[in-house]
Amino acid sequence: MSIPTPNKDPMAMTKLAIINGKLADPAGRNVSGGVILIEGDRIVAAGDVAVPGDAETIDAGGLVVAPGLIDLGVFATDKPAFHFGGITRAALMPDQSSPLDDAGLIRQATRAGKPDFWVHPIAAATRGLKGTELAEIGMMQAAGAKAVGTGRQWIADSGVMMRVLSYASGLGLTVVTHAEDGGLAGKAVATSGETATRLGLPHAPACAEAMAIARDIMLARATGAAIHFRLVTTKAGFDQIRAAKAEGLKVTCGISPAYLFLADNAVTDFRTFARLSPPLRSEDDRKASIAAVADGTVDVITSSHDPRGPEDKRLPFADAAPGMAGAETLLALSLNLVREGHVSLGRLMTLLSANPAKILGVNAGSFAPGSAADLIFVDPDMPWIVDSTKMAAQAGNTPFNRMPVQGRTRKIMKGGVFL
Amino acid sequence: MPDIIVPSASPDLSGRALFPHRHLLSIADLKPWEIRFLLDEAEHWAKSNRGGARKHDDRLAGMTQINAFFENSTRTLLSFEIAGKRLGADVVNMAAATSSVKKGETLIDTAMTLNAMAADVIVIRHASSGAVALIADKVDCPVLNAGDGWHQHPTQALLDALTIRRRKGGFEGLIVAICGDVLHSRVARSNMLCLAALGAQVRAVAPPTLMPPEVEMLGATPFYRMDEGLEGADVVMMLRLQNERMDGAFIPSPREYHMLYGLTLERLAIAKPDALVMHPGPMNRGVEISSVVADHPERSAITEQVEMGVAIRMACLDVLTRGAREVEGWS
Repeated sequence: MSIPTPNKDPMAMTKLAIINGKLADPAGRNVSGGVILIEGDRIVAAGDVAVPGDAETIDAGGLVVAPGLIDLGVFATDKPAFHFGGITRAALMPDQSSPLDDAGLIRQATRAGKPDFWVHPIAAATRGLKGTELAEIGMMQAAGAKAVGTGRQWIADSGVMMRVLSYASGLGLTVVTHAEDGGLAGKAVATSGETATRLGLPHAPACAEAMAIARDIMLARATGAAIHFRLVTTKAGFDQIRAAKAEGLKVTCGISPAYLFLADNAVTDFRTFARLSPPLRSEDDRKASIAAVADGTVDVITSSHDPRGPEDKRLPFADAAPGMAGAETLLALSLNLVREGHVSLGRLMTLLSANPAKILGVNAGSFAPGSAADLIFVDPDMPWIVDSTKMAAQAGNTPFNRMPVQGRTRKIMKGGVFL
Repeated sequence: MPDIIVPSASPDLSGRALFPHRHLLSIADLKPWEIRFLLDEAEHWAKSNRGGARKHDDRLAGMTQINAFFENSTRTLLSFEIAGKRLGADVVNMAAATSSVKKGETLIDTAMTLNAMAADVIVIRHASSGAVALIADKVDCPVLNAGDGWHQHPTQALLDALTIRRRKGGFEGLIVAICGDVLHSRVARSNMLCLAALGAQVRAVAPPTLMPPEVEMLGATPFYRMDEGLEGADVVMMLRLQNERMDGAFIPSPREYHMLYGLTLERLAIAKPDALVMHPGPMNRGVEISSVVADHPERSAITEQVEMGVAIRMACLDVLTRGAREVEGWS
């Protein structure tokens, strides 16, 4: 339902043809040659199509051309980091200094990325994210919210959670939830196991995740609501998701690269950059996470970008804030999954772009006609080394410091215009 | 008391190579011969501390020792203070209650402040696991961990090992039962690693709610029933149960805990007839330990532990400052 705006850019109907690129189409498997035709800010055709005579051609120079990344669940609007990472749309978590529980705050958040990228705010499910009273979800949707979220917390009160799901389903919004049973997770900062025992850290068993998922799946079944578990990180959690999908429930889940490539022993020596929420899991759960990506259980890979400066991280482990700066490393780390043969490049773009777009209900993340011409030009093999002291992000809190990676975004196009 | 046979620490090493550590942060960092070396050094101080009214040895004269205690302590602070003073150091105590920590200064800023005052050795206690290592990273002098969260309390484990060695002669084959709130105990973590490294058979005895997962990885066998854990034990080490954990959070009540896990004379009889009773203090008499056991003249080593604490801390302060004092072979 797009209403033409009166002051539309007069150049909007410029025709562009991107040639000489390797197209990473989420609808396909591997890259293929072809052309992308753009009119204004929309894709009109892609693949084996003729270049119209009146189109301006753009030579991709043999780079991989893919939809811009759509990052479902970031904690900060971090322009330089998103630009480095090839992220063209970011779904902003409601956990801001003032929780996004009001239409005015949502409207403000949608403008924060302009003109370089889209911010799609996630509306707080409850007032102040306190988990008790419903927030004005409908008004926030009208102001631009694209989903509803419980934030960093699980809603402990099952009655409230059921009403959140039920109400959001009436508005056609997906509920993005945090899967950790609050009673078990408590003040834990690590997963129960050898590392937590050795370091003497407050810990919770990994089943805190599956327990939360089990309850919320039952509530999703009862309400018919769409629910997205933002980060699922354990074998038991994925088993729940698999069963719910097989049953046909509207259940999706995501993960971030940290849980795919690191296990809880990464916090040895009290490395606060590896203090995440949920906490890093066992090596067995890490392997189960890779398997869940490979077998299609995982729908979304998110950076969970949460830049934190020394005032939040240069503290004793349990006192440090959780979270990692992930926007810059999202694509390069995810490409490991392709190199290691777990997914095709097309499937990876589904996880990084097409599926998040579907969950948020935005017409992007695809090469289908009418989709937003948000594209990235990627050199998938370019080697570089993650360096926490030289990151574009607001802070360099990456647990992947000094790790060699491959793959870098060379150019970004938003709505048919190069940034 | 049996004769003490002090094993040669490590025949091939001497000086700095024998103890190549800048700080004392965790027992996990120490090799068995490094632990034995510290015990041997402390043995010397244990003798001199008993040597009459004049106990001074001024090898640390002119050096400044700061005891930075971010968490309340009486005996450990006092023990470190006496140890430093007996070695002739200028000892300064910084208690959290009166410090700028209460005014919101960050831990790193406090560390930088202590460092700028040119301390020669800093002793730190903090309520958060890993906090002492964080400070050690930022200062130029040796740091001794006097307890960080649930993580480590290395001098306590060393003084316990010294006490056991003096009473039992050695560690090989010795059964040591560490009983009580193992989950929240830095004393237990340090002791399990230390005693296992020295060759003892270590048991962790606790109700399931107070047992850390995978405690075997620290070298201990878990026991959930006190009587089974005490069977045949040579040493029974009791742990303090924190008040805030007694009332329904981890155990139902102090009296039920005493009934199931308290060390009474009857229960002590399950252990070996000459089993040694230890407690790091302060004790909850009538909760984890009955008074008659705590005060038992032959069996209880609790006051000796306190005595050995000073000796161990003198040894650690001496050894860690040898580099700065340019002791031959240590610079």
